[in-house]
Amino acid sequence: MSKKLYIFSILIALSLILAACGGAEYDCEDALGCVSYAEGEPVRLASALVISGANADLGLDSQYGVEIAIAFQETLFGHEIELQAEDDGCSAEGGQAAGQKIVSDPTIVGIVGTSCSGAGVPMSKVVSDAGYAMVSPSNTAPSLTDPAVAWNPGYLRTAHNDEVQGKAMAEFALEVLGVTTAAAIHDGDPYTEGLARVFADSFEEMGGTIVEFTAVNKGDTDMRPALAAVAAAGPPEFIYYPVFTAEGGFLTKQAKEVSGLEDTILAAADGMISESAIEAVGEAGEGMYFSGPDLGFSGDLYDKFIAKYVEDYGSEPISVFHAHAFDATRMLLGCIEQVAVEDGDSIHIGRQALRTCLYATADFEGITGTLTCTEHGDCADPQISVSQLTDGEYVPVWP
Amino acid sequence: MQRRLKDINFLDVVLWILRAVIIGAVIWGSIATIIENPYPINTWVETIIAGVAQGSLYALIAIGYTLVYGVLFMINFAHGEFFMAGILTATIFLAQPWGKSGFLNQHPLIGLAIITILSITISVGIALLTERVAYRPLRKAPRLVPLITAIGASFFWQYFFRGLFGSDVKGFPQLEILTGKISVFGILVLKTHAVVIVSAVLMLIGLYIFVMKTKVGKSIRAVAEDKDVAALMGIDVDRAITITFATGAAMAGIAGVLYALVFRQVHFFMGFIPGIKAFTAAVLGGIGSIPGAALGGLLLGMFESVGPGLFLEGLGIPAPHQLKDVIAFTLLVLILILRPQGILGERISKEKA
Repeated sequence: MSKKLYIFSILIALSLILAACGGAEYDCEDALGCVSYAEGEPVRLASALVISGANADLGLDSQYGVEIAIAFQETLFGHEIELQAEDDGCSAEGGQAAGQKIVSDPTIVGIVGTSCSGAGVPMSKVVSDAGYAMVSPSNTAPSLTDPAVAWNPGYLRTAHNDEVQGKAMAEFALEVLGVTTAAAIHDGDPYTEGLARVFADSFEEMGGTIVEFTAVNKGDTDMRPALAAVAAAGPPEFIYYPVFTAEGGFLTKQAKEVSGLEDTILAAADGMISESAIEAVGEAGEGMYFSGPDLGFSGDLYDKFIAKYVEDYGSEPISVFHAHAFDATRMLLGCIEQVAVEDGDSIHIGRQALRTCLYATADFEGITGTLTCTEHGDCADPQISVSQLTDGEYVPVWP
Repeated sequence: MQRRLKDINFLDVVLWILRAVIIGAVIWGSIATIIENPYPINTWVETIIAGVAQGSLYALIAIGYTLVYGVLFMINFAHGEFFMAGILTATIFLAQPWGKSGFLNQHPLIGLAIITILSITISVGIALLTERVAYRPLRKAPRLVPLITAIGASFFWQYFFRGLFGSDVKGFPQLEILTGKISVFGILVLKTHAVVIVSAVLMLIGLYIFVMKTKVGKSIRAVAEDKDVAALMGIDVDRAITITFATGAAMAGIAGVLYALVFRQVHFFMGFIPGIKAFTAAVLGGIGSIPGAALGGLLLGMFESVGPGLFLEGLGIPAPHQLKDVIAFTLLVLILILRPQGILGERISKEKA
């Protein structure tokens, strides 16, 4: 017994000595600390996108973009790149949980996420407080980059700010369609509420009348009571409901069945630009309008990206924000490359240095345009277009 | 008198105040809305009918919760998934191809009948499989164990069907004969709503006769009363339980078809919210009671539909329709405070509970 213990303690002592010889401790001077990867250890990124539930198309599409960006990069200073994919659940709870999980892992250097603005609000706080940095490919709620509301210092995005999208839709409705009365419906999610609010405000500013600004219940199926309230208030010539696929499908079909709304023009936003949404709105959606990022991308990089996407995932992109996710990941990888300090075969990345580098991004040539980050993390080169659903396809009609 | 005063404790006072506040708010809101009169009369009628249709769906799903609870004293949280599984499968294999080929519009009755049969078959099949694999081995376990297992089974089926059919929303074709409205006693009703309400009533009556008047129904009731004694009397308990699950799932399968007719889109996650709502309806009506489930479903559907416009609008709450769930669950809390056994429920003896 005592002999066994003796051998055991010698082994422990030996392993301690070996560990100590492993290398001199790197002297990190970064204000937020450093992430170090020894030889052979992969550089670790995390994603927090909606990869389950009703909006899984939106998140998976972005995740594919992240994976392709990593595949194109191959290695960083000879280190492999590893992605830990988390789920933001498209909800505040999901964002909080994903954020907590990621920041509890000190080997993760940067994050791509979240998909939904609702998840982005708590996650931005968790991630920033822990000293990490995140770049969102598809959060568009104005509040996220508004320092008075929900902006945090570790947060950036490559998606457009809905200030731009809401205004564009209001302009389109007033000037192109020539309507003067409108209603806006949201579902309480920061993305939908923010966008509906910007649209309503811009519409009134430009001289139109908002007859009803209301909300439906997320996850609900029977939208008739809310639509009946809209009809009773107007009925308006135009309804804008920038919600997600499931609720949007119900709104579209039921609007046609509520008395007073038979001839109202319907419009939705980028949360409903996907194959899945075309199925959801069905015949009732024929002729309705959608605002969203202009996806008329071109260039060699985009061609290469699409070829890889089709090859790896077996279909054309299934939603809207794959290119934004690709750009977000490339921005992140580019900055890691810039700020990483090589130390023999290991590398060290300062978290504050990484943030500073991300915020300093200027004239970055991405698929989605030329990205330049503002002081509160709006990096997009926002191009909004409006398309109309014609024969089951999104046909761009404006600008 | 003095003794009665002594019996009143702090909790009673809080509950009384709570009741007064909720009822006061409802009355205040309703009066304010009626005075303000924001909606024309036909808006109210439309809203009420939509509520009845929604409530009928809740009632059909709630039957499954109530039957299983009556027999096993277990909340089968996977029941919403039985509802989803049937119609999702039937939509993908039958409704969508037939919608594209035009068969469904040429032979709507035959088409719908076959869709309903497939939906019921899948729902029942999944229910029996779940019962056999996940619940039966745990029948002697403490009651929390099957409850948690049911939640696990619910997740399993959700993501099983997501893996099978993908996560996107599937459209259910629109039937030409069910498009538009018909006039019932001078009131214009959507044809789909009429179909849902009539079918639900027929199904509920049929079920009531099945449970109360047939031999099999009698065996189910006997097992619900006391499993051990029923076994001693020569009733095959396992068989009775299997039939209970199958009946509940068949109702869910039919509810799925009706849901698809009204809402025309299906999805692997569609069972979750209706499942929770139907569970609420079952508790509301008195869990374990079949007429209770029907009444609870109808009430819940109506309150959800009419409530926001009636109570909340008058209180000056912006965007009241977002607060539908608040109405539904406040109703549940209110019932649990005022009448814990549910509207039609019998007080369960300690032994059974």
